[in-house]
Amino acid sequence: MEIAAPPLLEVQDLSVSFANTRAVDGISFRVEEGETLGLVGESGCGKSTTALALMRLLRDASLTGRAWLDGVDLIGLGEAEMRAMRGSQVGMIFQDPATALHPMVRVGEQVAEVLDAHLSLSRVETKARTVELFRKVGIAAPEQRIRAFPHELSGGMCQRVVIAMAIACGPRLLLADEPTTALDVTVQAQILDLLRGIASQSRAGMVLITHDLGVVAGMADRVAVMYAGRIVESGPTDQIFAHPLHPYTAGLLASIPQLDSGWDEPVPTIPGSVQDKGAGSGCPFAPRCSLASMECRTAPPFLAAGGGRMVACWKAV
Amino acid sequence: MADTLVEAIGVSRLYRANRNRVVRAVDHVDMKVGRGTTLGLVGESGSGKSTLGRTLVGLQTPSLGSVAFEGQDVAGASGSRLIRLRQQRQIVFQDPSGALNPRMTIGDTVVEHLRVQGWTRADARSRAQEVFEQAGLSRQFLPRYPHEISGGQRQRAGIARAISTDPAFIVADEPVSALDVSTRAQIMNLLRDLQASRGMTMLFISHDLSVVAHMCRQVAVMYLGRIVELAPRETLFRTPLHPYTMALLSAIPLPDPARERTRQRIALIGETPDPAAISSGCRFHTRCLRATDLCRHSDPPMRQATSDHGFACHHPLDHSTTR
Repeated sequence: MEIAAPPLLEVQDLSVSFANTRAVDGISFRVEEGETLGLVGESGCGKSTTALALMRLLRDASLTGRAWLDGVDLIGLGEAEMRAMRGSQVGMIFQDPATALHPMVRVGEQVAEVLDAHLSLSRVETKARTVELFRKVGIAAPEQRIRAFPHELSGGMCQRVVIAMAIACGPRLLLADEPTTALDVTVQAQILDLLRGIASQSRAGMVLITHDLGVVAGMADRVAVMYAGRIVESGPTDQIFAHPLHPYTAGLLASIPQLDSGWDEPVPTIPGSVQDKGAGSGCPFAPRCSLASMECRTAPPFLAAGGGRMVACWKAV
Repeated sequence: MADTLVEAIGVSRLYRANRNRVVRAVDHVDMKVGRGTTLGLVGESGSGKSTLGRTLVGLQTPSLGSVAFEGQDVAGASGSRLIRLRQQRQIVFQDPSGALNPRMTIGDTVVEHLRVQGWTRADARSRAQEVFEQAGLSRQFLPRYPHEISGGQRQRAGIARAISTDPAFIVADEPVSALDVSTRAQIMNLLRDLQASRGMTMLFISHDLSVVAHMCRQVAVMYLGRIVELAPRETLFRTPLHPYTMALLSAIPLPDPARERTRQRIALIGETPDPAAISSGCRFHTRCLRATDLCRHSDPPMRQATSDHGFACHHPLDHSTTR
């Protein structure tokens, strides 16, 4: 039997609990080298918590499960070992560049700090690398711009700096948490182009977290859809969009207003809201699901559905 | 076409950024909203769309120019006319959490809104129940506080407040931008139904062209304080004349992997410049691929391609080969 190479990132049964809420409830997924996984869901579904858990940036949260990155379990690492991983093996791009950057430190220094933390370079080398990184993320006149403060740069420029920090040490895995949500649509297009270029050049794996299915359609090789802390469906992007298996995915796709059709018809909706969680152990989507029946009172298992797809629904066949 | 209910006549709104910098958030805009219609206003951040909307409902006064309601200048209105103007012009804000008083139940928020307009407590209470129902909230929500309900329900409360005085004109300022996909569709449908059933006039402000297409037949595109193109949605989406409109349309990510992979993008250079330092000529020339010397020196006036399609560009796109 042929043994496939292990994936770059393999998350197994990851759960995150705060005081008395379970934000992420036993999710499993994998990301191959050079692959972009789109992690999609609405607010409160646990997608950002998942990224922060992988980065181990959550305080007062209890984590269970495993997350193997190149054979190292991120969840089991001690704080000192994790600190060595952050920035060097795993880079993170945050939603709001205005709060991700220190307002009183020049942007070049902030990038240099990442290099200093993980590589032993001379000051001259560090500066040269910083300028090179600025050029790589499409910042014009990098020699001057490294001396700017964040408030002197536009939102799109700041996000480019954040991306430069994330890729500074050539990480194996990039976690991008709503990287374009705070940006205007024309700037969003520029930043998505940049991320696409970085992903294809570096062979790094990327987890792209977004609520925008349009962004996912253009960026992700595979998609995982989250609802109420669980992954309800995953699979290749084309297939998920063409034939969603889970009623939630189908509802989500239908409720996007199309740019060029159906203008005068009501936009299809999913009744209720994410807060209407199912009671206890059943399927969390059942209260909003038009297909729900008795069997949905027990949680459906997350099972393979052929063609590299997985789904957690009793009704999806 | 319907007669005009609200009109902006040469409206400018200036803000002093600091001692020697003045921001022209809205710069000499003429615009008409026909009675009983919805006009979409699209633009990126800093385009002045919210400022224009706030000026039309009277939350801002124009620095230059005037706003007319039912054909009469609203400046200097006082007494009963001012009260009527306030009741007739209402606004729904983007962020329903910020727009509702966190220490007041949502029912009391609506009651108070009516009380300041001179309603008695009893009348205001029964009216609040009525508009909650119209906004899709049952009466059991009246005693809830904003933090106890979902974002979509908060926006419904904001809409209930706006329609409570039975206004003729509503500005909806990015009413669905803070909402999740599944909730967004619900609120879009609600606003559309209310507009149709009450015959309201609406200015629907959004940065999202696909949302606007579903809400309005007429769409205006704003860039750096100016309206650069105004047309019926079919015309605007299929044969835009302004290069900025074209770029906006092509920048929107489509929820369709096959089309996303193959479609041609018109990438814009850079970002919207600082509105306090607008250069001479066409204000889009710094990012425009078609810009020439003419564009750097002369500000293009609004021209009419057809009676209902206006644009402000020296080098409009040519659709004669693609049409």
